[in-house]
Amino acid sequence: MTRRRVLPGLPLSLGITLFYVGLIVVLPLGALVFHAASLGPEDYWRVVSSARAVASYRVTVLSALAATAFNLVFGLALAWVLVRYQFPGKRLVDAIVDLPFALPTAVAGIALTALFAPNGWFGSVLAETGVKVAYTPLGIMIAMSFTSLPFIVRTVQPVLEDLDPTLEEAAQTLGGSDRSIFLRVILPLLMPALLAGLSLSFARSLGEFGAVIFIAGNQPMSTEITALLTFIRLEEYDYQAAAAIASVLLITAFVMLAFTNLLQARALRHTARS
Amino acid sequence: MQRGKRPPRVGDNPAIRRTLIAFVLVLGALLVLAPLVVIFTQAFSLGPAGFARTIGHPDTRHAIMLTVVTALIAVPVNTVFGIAAAWAITKFDFWGRRFLLVVIEIPFSVSPIVAGVAYLFVYGLQGVFGPMLDSAGIKILFALPGIVLASMFVTAPFVVRELVPLMQAQGRDLEEAATSLGASGWRTFFSVTLPNIRWALLYGVVLCNARVMGEFGAVSVVSGNIRGQTNTLPLHVELLYHDYQTVGAFAAAAILTVLAIVTIAAKVLLERQGAGRASRPALAAPTAAPGNAK
Repeated sequence: MTRRRVLPGLPLSLGITLFYVGLIVVLPLGALVFHAASLGPEDYWRVVSSARAVASYRVTVLSALAATAFNLVFGLALAWVLVRYQFPGKRLVDAIVDLPFALPTAVAGIALTALFAPNGWFGSVLAETGVKVAYTPLGIMIAMSFTSLPFIVRTVQPVLEDLDPTLEEAAQTLGGSDRSIFLRVILPLLMPALLAGLSLSFARSLGEFGAVIFIAGNQPMSTEITALLTFIRLEEYDYQAAAAIASVLLITAFVMLAFTNLLQARALRHTARS
Repeated sequence: MQRGKRPPRVGDNPAIRRTLIAFVLVLGALLVLAPLVVIFTQAFSLGPAGFARTIGHPDTRHAIMLTVVTALIAVPVNTVFGIAAAWAITKFDFWGRRFLLVVIEIPFSVSPIVAGVAYLFVYGLQGVFGPMLDSAGIKILFALPGIVLASMFVTAPFVVRELVPLMQAQGRDLEEAATSLGASGWRTFFSVTLPNIRWALLYGVVLCNARVMGEFGAVSVVSGNIRGQTNTLPLHVELLYHDYQTVGAFAAAAILTVLAIVTIAAKVLLERQGAGRASRPALAAPTAAPGNAK
């Protein structure tokens, strides 16, 4: 059945939308892709596969993976505690979870550096045990996990709230232990949300710049993230190389975006069926 | 079996409960609260006078001004765009609606550095419009327009993302009734749609504003970091920090931190009005369906 369009404003609202999206989002990204492509396949490959670039992918991806794994444990525990338990200060904790999103990344960067620098509150304690955080990949991981923490909490929390308690009760009457009920009933139900949260968290960590550069040390080949390498190429006026490396980040972002959308579509189908 | 008394739920065992709460609180204090405390401790490490000295410095004052001006331009423009996009996407059926939404959300997944670089290739001298603008004497990059444009890119999805799920759930019936009774499009929007979406709209605006004022990566590429001219407050934090003016850097950071705290407070208040709910549960789908809303 085709419905007659009664509401006004399609040309105006769609016109504004397309103009704005075209000018603000599509045109710049298109220009970037065009610039990167104008290098030609050989030069492009030489830039993006240079030893320094590959080292930057390595440290970025490994730190992002470690940060995401850390957030899986911490974020899941946070969501669980906020939904299942009552304790004084709970609402404050719930509000403070959003701090990493609200705090400008540069501010987070200098604050974490001040904490973990060898003379900082945590850094001095850790130094005695021989652990160095600031200016090492461990520092990059901490900055990434700080900025991406809310993703997992905020995707898992609503699903956990809406979880049907009768499922757990059924499992309990069948004699399941808490451990096995969590692993075999609750966790599978949380899985779509958890996966989406993980992929958002990972994607954010891959692109993070502000929080990382202060704590990272930024030594080529060891603690230089890909976003920073892009920035350095720009400062050297090597625009082609900057475009090529930025395009790698852009392609990665698109792959992660497609992956997350796929997960969300699956999660929707999953909930629609039940 | 006892009737009326529910068995304890999974995880209600006191030992597990206490361990988990302690784990979360300790880690939260170390990782999230400690950065907040260190910012204010450092900012006031030379006393209130030291703090006031930094804040009163012309460069800092200029950075604050530039940040506020950027937000005053970028946020309203993004708000108008957000409303227009949400109206088009939720009130009409047209081919490519879902794709349009995906394109609008791209800035969320793109690294801010990539955004900055992309803008260089449009408005820079080696860019699409750069040479043309240059010969016309219009300066976009390393000036206010570039900073505003980069901020708009980064925050383009903020308002749309809050409005689309909500307006989708509310359907079109009310607006259709209003127009069939003879109300104009604008009248329908202002007296029917807007009252229903105001909290979600404000929620999106608040988050958009926080991000515009705090944006670092994208702005740092396009601003040129000219002290006292194109330095926004987050860039000023970096500049002072690298100048070893630690107290100054943290004093500037403290202003941004207060902004973040105010943003969170506003967010909590707006969530009590029901805002922010709709944008979350793409994954907890049942509430998104009209008629099924709790």
